[in-house]
Amino acid sequence: MDIRSLTAVELGRKIRQKEVTVKEAVEAYLTQIEAVDSEINSFVTVDREGALKRAEEVQRHIDQGMLTGPLAGVPVAVKDNLCTKDLLTTCASKMLSDFIPPYTAEAVANLERAGAVVIGKTNMDEFAMGSTSETSWYGPTKNPWNTEHVPGGSSGGSCAAVAAFEAPLALGSDTGGSIRQPSAYCGVVGIKPTYGTVSRYGLIAYGSSLDQVGPIARDVADCAAALQTLASHDEKDSTCVERKDTDFTGALTADIKGMRIGIPKEYFGEGLDEEVKARIMEAARTLAAQGAVVEEFDLALVPYAIPAYYVIASAEASSNLARFDGVKYGYRAQGYEELHGMYKTTRAEGFGAEVKRRIMLGSFVLSSGYYDAYYLKALRTKALIKAEFDKVFERYDIILAPAAPTTAPKLGASLSDPMKMYLSDIYTISVNLAGLPGISIPVGKDSRGLPVGMQLIANCFAEKKLIRAAYSFECATNRRYVAGVCSGRFQTQEEGGKQDVETV
Amino acid sequence: MSKQYETVIGLEVHVELATKTKIFCSCSTEFGGKANTHTCPVCTGMPGALPVLNRQVVEYAMAAGLATNCKITQRCKFDRKNYFYPDNPQNYQISQLYLPIARDGYVEIETDRQKKKVRIHEMHMEEDAGKLVHDEWEDCSLVDYNRSGVPLIEIVSEPDMRSAEEVIAYLEKLRTILQYLGVSDCKLQEGSMRADVNLSVREAGSTEFGTRTEMKNLNSFKAISRAIEGERMRQIELLEEGKPVVQETRRWDDNKEYSYPMRSKEDAQDYRYFPEPDLTPIIISDEWIAEVKAKEPEFQTEKISRYQEEYKLPRYDAEIITNSKKMADLFEQAAELCGQPKKVSNWLMGETMRLLNENNREPEDIPFSPENLAKLVNLTEAGIINSSVAKEVFEKVFAEDVDPEQYVEEHGLKTVNDEGALREVIEKVIAGNPQAVADYKGGKEKALGSLVGQTMKAMKGKADPAMVNEMLKQCM
Repeated sequence: MDIRSLTAVELGRKIRQKEVTVKEAVEAYLTQIEAVDSEINSFVTVDREGALKRAEEVQRHIDQGMLTGPLAGVPVAVKDNLCTKDLLTTCASKMLSDFIPPYTAEAVANLERAGAVVIGKTNMDEFAMGSTSETSWYGPTKNPWNTEHVPGGSSGGSCAAVAAFEAPLALGSDTGGSIRQPSAYCGVVGIKPTYGTVSRYGLIAYGSSLDQVGPIARDVADCAAALQTLASHDEKDSTCVERKDTDFTGALTADIKGMRIGIPKEYFGEGLDEEVKARIMEAARTLAAQGAVVEEFDLALVPYAIPAYYVIASAEASSNLARFDGVKYGYRAQGYEELHGMYKTTRAEGFGAEVKRRIMLGSFVLSSGYYDAYYLKALRTKALIKAEFDKVFERYDIILAPAAPTTAPKLGASLSDPMKMYLSDIYTISVNLAGLPGISIPVGKDSRGLPVGMQLIANCFAEKKLIRAAYSFECATNRRYVAGVCSGRFQTQEEGGKQDVETV
Repeated sequence: MSKQYETVIGLEVHVELATKTKIFCSCSTEFGGKANTHTCPVCTGMPGALPVLNRQVVEYAMAAGLATNCKITQRCKFDRKNYFYPDNPQNYQISQLYLPIARDGYVEIETDRQKKKVRIHEMHMEEDAGKLVHDEWEDCSLVDYNRSGVPLIEIVSEPDMRSAEEVIAYLEKLRTILQYLGVSDCKLQEGSMRADVNLSVREAGSTEFGTRTEMKNLNSFKAISRAIEGERMRQIELLEEGKPVVQETRRWDDNKEYSYPMRSKEDAQDYRYFPEPDLTPIIISDEWIAEVKAKEPEFQTEKISRYQEEYKLPRYDAEIITNSKKMADLFEQAAELCGQPKKVSNWLMGETMRLLNENNREPEDIPFSPENLAKLVNLTEAGIINSSVAKEVFEKVFAEDVDPEQYVEEHGLKTVNDEGALREVIEKVIAGNPQAVADYKGGKEKALGSLVGQTMKAMKGKADPAMVNEMLKQCM
C-alpha cells in the first residue's frame, strides 16, 4: 500500500485501525516532498523535525484513546499566511522572511487539536496578492500537471502540494478566489466557506472583510471532514459566526433530486475558454442526469464585481500591511536616515511589485476627496451584489459556474499584464463580496491535459448543499482527478475513486 | 492694542477610561509597569491578530455621553485612522469617525461672570498609543506598548468658550462628571486626562471665526491657562501687525511659556479613514441605555443641595468637598461614622487641602480612610486631645493612615485633665516668671499668653488650653 495514494480520511482511518502509524504517514509525505519539491516549489518551509516529534505525540494520544477524529495523525500543509507558533511564517514576502510568530492561528490550532500534523508551510503569492503564485519572494510554484504552467493563486503552494502528493490535505485562504481558482488549475477540491465560518485569528490579513480560510484536498469527503474541524466560533475573531450546522460530513450523500441549480449566462460569454466551457456544461448535464433541475438565468451585476473587489481589497490591504514597517518584527532595511527613511527603505525593499501596486491603489481610493467616489461606491456595489444573490437564492439552491476562464496559464504570462490577471478573477470574486460559500471540484481536462474546475456557489451557511452536489458529481463520474507522482517523476493519472469514496 | 478682541476656544479632551483591561485585548491597563509587560499580539500589532471590543468601554462611554446630555448613537461603528508612527503598532488607530458613540450634548459651567452651556459636538471611543523613549546613551529610540490599547474617549466641544476661566470651568466640570461616574480618574499629570486647545481670535462683535490653531502638550490646568493667554496674545499681535494667523498645530512649552509650531495645515496628514472591517457594528438597545442611565450616581449639583440641607454645610464647603468624588465619598462616610459633618468638613477643607497642595497631590489621591478621620474627630470632640495635638495626629493620619486612637495612646498624647498636676505646673510657672505676672497684674493682658505658652510647653501640649487659661488667672 502506498500511503500517498490514500485520501486524508482514508489515511486517518488506517491510522486509527493501526494499519499505519502517524510516523509512517508523516515520513511518507516528507519523502515525497524531498523527492519532488525542488521541481514544484510548493513549500517555503518543511518542518521535518517538528512534524516527526508531533507525530509521536499524536500517536500516543491516539493509542490512549484521546484522539478519535477522522483527521488524527493526518499530515497537513499550511499556507504561509497562517501563523504557526515557533515556525517561520513569511506570507512569501521578504518583509516577513524571518518572522516567527509567538502564537498559532485558530484554524491551524483547530486542526492540531483534532490530531493533524503540520508538515510545512506552503508557497503563495506574496501576501496572497496574485492569481498565479508567481509573486512569491521564494520563487514561483509550478503546476504538478505541467511544470511550465502556474498552479494558480494565491493558495498555489497548498493546491500544488495536494496535487503532487506532498500532502493529503492543505489549508488555503480565499479573498477573491485564492482557494477555488488554484484548486481548479491543480485538479483538486477546495472550499471557500461562508465568511465568518472559520476564524481569521492568526491569518495575516489581506482584505479583512473578504478573507476566509478553507480546506484543499483530493476529494469532497476530505474537504468536508476538514471544514467540520476548521469551523468554530472563535471569540478572538469578532466577525466569526456561531454555527450549529457544521456536521458537513453528514452532507456526503449522493442525492440531489430536485436540487435547483442555476447557471448565470453572464459567466459563459466572452472570455471563457471553449474547452473549459464544454467541460463545465458537461458537468452540468451530469448533475441534471442525477435529478437536479438545471437552468440558465441572468446575473446582472457581474461587470461591477471586479472593480468593487479591487477597490475594497486594496483599500483594506493598504491599511492591513501598514504594520510592516521595520519597527517591531520582520525585515528592516540597512542604511537609512531618520524614521521616515527607515519606513520608506524598509517597505521599498521588503515588498514586491504587486504588493506595492495594491498598497498604492488602496491608499489612493481611501484618500480624502476620493473616498466617496471609489471606496464608498465600492461598498454600495458590494451591498447590491449581496442583494442580487439573495434574490437568486430564492430561486436556486446552487449556482454553477467555472472557477476560472481558462486552464492554468504558462508561467510568466500573467505578470506582465496585471489587468488581465485581475480580470481572470471574474467568476470567483462576487462570492467573496457577498460572503458566500463556494467549492471548486475537478470536472475534466483540456486538450493539453490541464485540469478544469467547476465552481458551485450556495447561499450563506449552505455549505451542505455544496458538499452534497459536489459529492454527487464525484460519485456519478466515478473518478477523481489528481496529478499522480510516482518515483519522483510526474505523470498525470486518473484514479478510479468511487470505491474509495464509498468506503469513507 | 486699538481694537477689542474676543477669544474663541473649543476643546478636544482625551480621557483614559478606568477599565481593568484594554479596549481590544485582555491585557492590563495598569499605569507604570516594566516596559512591554502588559502586551500581547493584539496590542503590539502582530500579523494576524484581531481586536475584540471590551464591552465595559462601550458602557463607560455611554455613561459619559448620557451624563453630558448627548444622544447615544444606537448603531455605532469603529473606523481606522491610518498614520505611521512607531508608538502606533498597527500604523492605524482604531477610532470612530463616521458613527461616534455619542453626539450633540452639553454641560453647564459656572464662572464668576455667569452660568453657560458648553455644547459637546461628539464623543468617540478609541485606543491609546504606546510611548516612545529616547535612549540618549545608545542614541536610539525604544517603544513601550504597555499603554497601547488603553481605552480612551475623546470629547469634542463646540467652540463655545471665550476665556481661560471658562475652559478651566468646563474641564473641571467634565472631570467631576467622569470621576463621579467612575469611568476615569482624570489625572492630568499621569495623562489620563489630556486636553488639546483650539483657539482663534476675532474682533469683538464679529460673527465670523478667525483662523484657529491647535495647541497640544498641556498637562495641567495652570499650563492650559498660560497657554491660552500666550496664544491669544500671539494671535492678536499678528493681527495687529496685519499678518495672518496660520492654521497649524502648536506645541506648548510650559517652561518657556511659549508655543512652537509642530505641523501646518499643508503637512496635515490624510488619515484615510475607513470602516474597521475587523469589528462588527455595535448595536445599543433602549434597554441597555436605560440600564446605564439607572446606574448613574448622585452628581455634584445634587450633592451640593443635599449637603446644605442634610448636613447643614455652607454652600461653599459643599462645593469644595463635592469637587472630588473621592472627597465627597470620604466626607459622607466619616460624617456617618462620627455624626459630626461640620467637623469632618473642617478637616477636609482645612488641613487636608493644605497638605494636598503642599504635596502637589489631587483630591483623588487622598490616602486616608474615613474611619481614621472619624476617630480623630471623636477624639477631639471628646476633649481627649486638644486641637494642636489633633493637627499633629492628623499629619500622621494623612501621611500613613494611622489609627488615631492607637497613635494617641502609644505616644501619650491625651490631654491631661488632672487638676492637681496642672496646678503644680502652673504654680511653678508663676514662681519662675515674676515679671510676666507683674505685667499681667498691671493690666497687660498679653502677658497671660506667654504664661499659657510656658504652661502648655511644660505639659508637653497635652493640656486643655482653656483650662490652663482659667487656672492661671485663678492662681494669680
